[in-house]
Amino acid sequence: MSTTTTPATTPRPAAGDRTSATTGRIGDSPLRPDGTLKVTGEFAYSSDLWHEDMCWGVTLRSPHPHARIVAIDTTAALARPGVFAVLTAADVPGVNRTGLEHADQPALAEDVVRYQGEPVALVAADHPETARRAAAEIVVEYAVLPALTDPRRALDPDTPLLHPSHPTGNLVREVPVRRGGPVPDAPVVVSVEFEVGMQDQAFLGPESGLAVPDGEGGVDLYVATQWLHTDQQQVQRVLGIGPDAARLHLAGVGGAFGGREDLSMHVHACLLALRTGKPVKMSYSREESFFGHVHRHPAHLRYEFGADDDGTLRYGKAELTFDGGAYASSTGAVVGNGGTLGLGPYRFPVVELVARGVYTNNPPCGAMRGFGCVQAAFAHEYLMDALAERVGADPVELRARNGMREGDPNITGQTIDSAAPVAELIRRVRDMPLPGERGTDLLGLPGGVGNTTHGEGVRRGIGYSVTYKNIGFSEGFDDYSTARVRLSVTAGEPVASVHTAAAEVGQGLVSVQAQIARTELGVSRVVIEPADTAIGSAGSTSASRQTYVTGGAVRAACELVRARVLERAAGTLGVPAASLRLDGDKVVAAGGEVLAGLADVLGDSPVEETTEWRHRPTVEPDPETGQGDAHVQYAFSAHRAVVDVDVELGLVKVIALDTAQDVGKAINPDAVLGQIQGGSVQGMGLALMEEVLVTDGQVRNPSFTDYLIPTVLDTPPMRIEVLENPDPHAPYGVRGVGEPPTISSGPAVAAAIRAAAGKDLRRVPIRPEHIVS
Amino acid sequence: MHIELTVNGSPREADDVWPGESLLYVLRERLGLPGAKNACEQGECGSCTVYLDGTPVCSCLVAAGQAGGREVTTVEGLADGSGEDRDLDPVQRAFVENGAVQCGFCTPGLIVSTHDLLERNPSPSDPEIREALAGNLCRCTGYEKILDAVCSASGARMDTVRSASGARMGTVRSVDTDRTGATGDLR
Repeated sequence: MSTTTTPATTPRPAAGDRTSATTGRIGDSPLRPDGTLKVTGEFAYSSDLWHEDMCWGVTLRSPHPHARIVAIDTTAALARPGVFAVLTAADVPGVNRTGLEHADQPALAEDVVRYQGEPVALVAADHPETARRAAAEIVVEYAVLPALTDPRRALDPDTPLLHPSHPTGNLVREVPVRRGGPVPDAPVVVSVEFEVGMQDQAFLGPESGLAVPDGEGGVDLYVATQWLHTDQQQVQRVLGIGPDAARLHLAGVGGAFGGREDLSMHVHACLLALRTGKPVKMSYSREESFFGHVHRHPAHLRYEFGADDDGTLRYGKAELTFDGGAYASSTGAVVGNGGTLGLGPYRFPVVELVARGVYTNNPPCGAMRGFGCVQAAFAHEYLMDALAERVGADPVELRARNGMREGDPNITGQTIDSAAPVAELIRRVRDMPLPGERGTDLLGLPGGVGNTTHGEGVRRGIGYSVTYKNIGFSEGFDDYSTARVRLSVTAGEPVASVHTAAAEVGQGLVSVQAQIARTELGVSRVVIEPADTAIGSAGSTSASRQTYVTGGAVRAACELVRARVLERAAGTLGVPAASLRLDGDKVVAAGGEVLAGLADVLGDSPVEETTEWRHRPTVEPDPETGQGDAHVQYAFSAHRAVVDVDVELGLVKVIALDTAQDVGKAINPDAVLGQIQGGSVQGMGLALMEEVLVTDGQVRNPSFTDYLIPTVLDTPPMRIEVLENPDPHAPYGVRGVGEPPTISSGPAVAAAIRAAAGKDLRRVPIRPEHIVS
Repeated sequence: MHIELTVNGSPREADDVWPGESLLYVLRERLGLPGAKNACEQGECGSCTVYLDGTPVCSCLVAAGQAGGREVTTVEGLADGSGEDRDLDPVQRAFVENGAVQCGFCTPGLIVSTHDLLERNPSPSDPEIREALAGNLCRCTGYEKILDAVCSASGARMDTVRSASGARMGTVRSVDTDRTGATGDLR
């Protein structure tokens, strides 16, 4: 095991060593291959695309959270000069249903709209403003229906069903977890009702793309997404076209964080392109973006822990209710995580838990970084602090004592079969140096240059959190990735090209793929081919899984290529292949002496292999007890937050947000730090400021003026310790990195605010009025 | 509407501009310069930042007509030359080398804002950097590596100035110390 610490001790190669596109193996931090294009403005994001003779598509959306569509009149819109097409559900040629887990959402609303912002009609025109004006001229007659907006009422017997054909009514999914029962008495009992607000992914690149018809009934779609193949299947179904008649190509992705798992403009642009015969570009405004993707589920959490007098946990009880909104999206899997992981990384002899997700007429909710674990963490970490206070224990030591260890079963009975350093992580963040005393610079004080305090009324607080998350797709899903690797000679030099359909969304997978190819094939030049559906699925850029799963596929394809090349070299050299390896663009003997140039061995006969790679299978948890090996890997992280709170005004300044995380093996240490820093700040945002406000089914703040995400002034210095306890079951020992910091940072910030303000705050985000009330 | 303006040193013009179009739209959709980005189009995120007559502005908030006859510099105009041989601006180089780029959508705006900051203040302190960049949202990085990049670019610029003038100026390390004054660490 090794530990990397930043600041101060991160090995950082000199910049000169990192600027070459031909260096960087596993464990190095080569520069991003797309970095130069991104700093010069040349990188082509999905909203940058342009095509000769293209037109613009816009969406008309429902103003009502629940209504019957009585009639739609498109006459005036069609008559506007410059308009090429106006489409409604009646124009959908295929099956008018989309959805990640349940195909329950029309691409265009039919007889009913179920949330404010649901797409109703489309316009294509020669200018975006022409299209917008035409859309405003579409006359939709609605009969408004009562809206179900309180998720706690969704399952009442007298509540109307939003999807009458759904077999469990307004219940999208329920996951019970029962273990070791019945629930015993306990000398110490703590409980909480906690509420988590609706968070937005707030990626900066708007939903956008370009659909280009091929003139033969098919279409090429260039789009920003997390999973090309699931998009492709849904698009083809709605368009009513055959396999591979819609070819998807990854355009530059301006961030994702879960918000690009579901379709947005994909089908709409293709419908317009096939109808008009023209390339169609769509690009959402920020306001439309708030309606164009799912959000993180708001949650109601009722938790109770029982413990011995010394704080050793005896049981955990919990009821988690996730508001899924109008359509299922990935609510089922979020509920699965909330259930199977809902009590955090602790040892519970007895568990009685139920997690459920329900339909309402609120905005649809689905995937966001942390996926079901973020919400639960606020409640279980609240209770660990409450328990520590009740029994007079140190909150860090209480967590360490109850923390999972390798070999323990978790609450679904699955044995944690690699490192589970809960105690070490939480103690490490405690042992980091604390920030110094408050300074006098306004920027370091709550309220900042608003000049609201010079220190009077300001109290400091410290909070801790330790959490865990499943990595990869779970519950029996066939989770695989496909990679094609080719070794050939270009300009006299060996070049490895790597082709997958895996979505680079900013995290740096393009670097990781090249690092793996260089390591496995001993070459310096690697080309990462554009991701598209010309190759098999890579699965989603979700669940912190791509370095693990697509990395595994690239490694496996490289191994196949290497074996063939070495066989060929062995035949020529007259030595056993097993005695050869590839290094420095050469075929070398075991001892390292150069036997042949790789380019000479390849000649004009390239070697290419395509392979699928799967992680270990998982199982669906038992429907009655939730027991089973539902997940393939777990990743652990801890945070310590230090905050200053102006208790008179309710303003908060986060002074430090320090963390320790086990990443198994840091394939690219700089990218690991980037994930931890960005992920930590997203979690902090949920604790402090980020909430999509919904009243009576209407979103009140669909803009960056009113939906706040942390700026550089809100963001504290972050001390990071990276542990590398390899997972023996994963390629190179990797453990997913992207999500854990978003889970553990928020509860630490909330705890620090509670400590500073001396208030029992049971909801996030914590707003000033909660602190001063 | 017809407009003429100077972009990255070259005279440019556009015809049939609808008066409601922003400078951002004209740059991106009419002049083939999509470097300035369309993340919010309401002046909140800074991703569309360009120089207008030497002053950084959110180009989404400037009506195209207002830019007529004026000089615009976009992120595309900061590097010298083009293609493989181009010479990146020290700010651009620092963003790449410090891992300040993830998805990169905020990057063009941050580079223009940083470029402007260092033009005005070659050796900014940590609070000065944060204040100057407070109008540029980034969702991927948590800003840490962006701050590293700004410090690094500041040092690189000082090195350039130092070698050009022969004068001794502050070291990169002293900038770094300011940068993490709260914890007293050297980065």
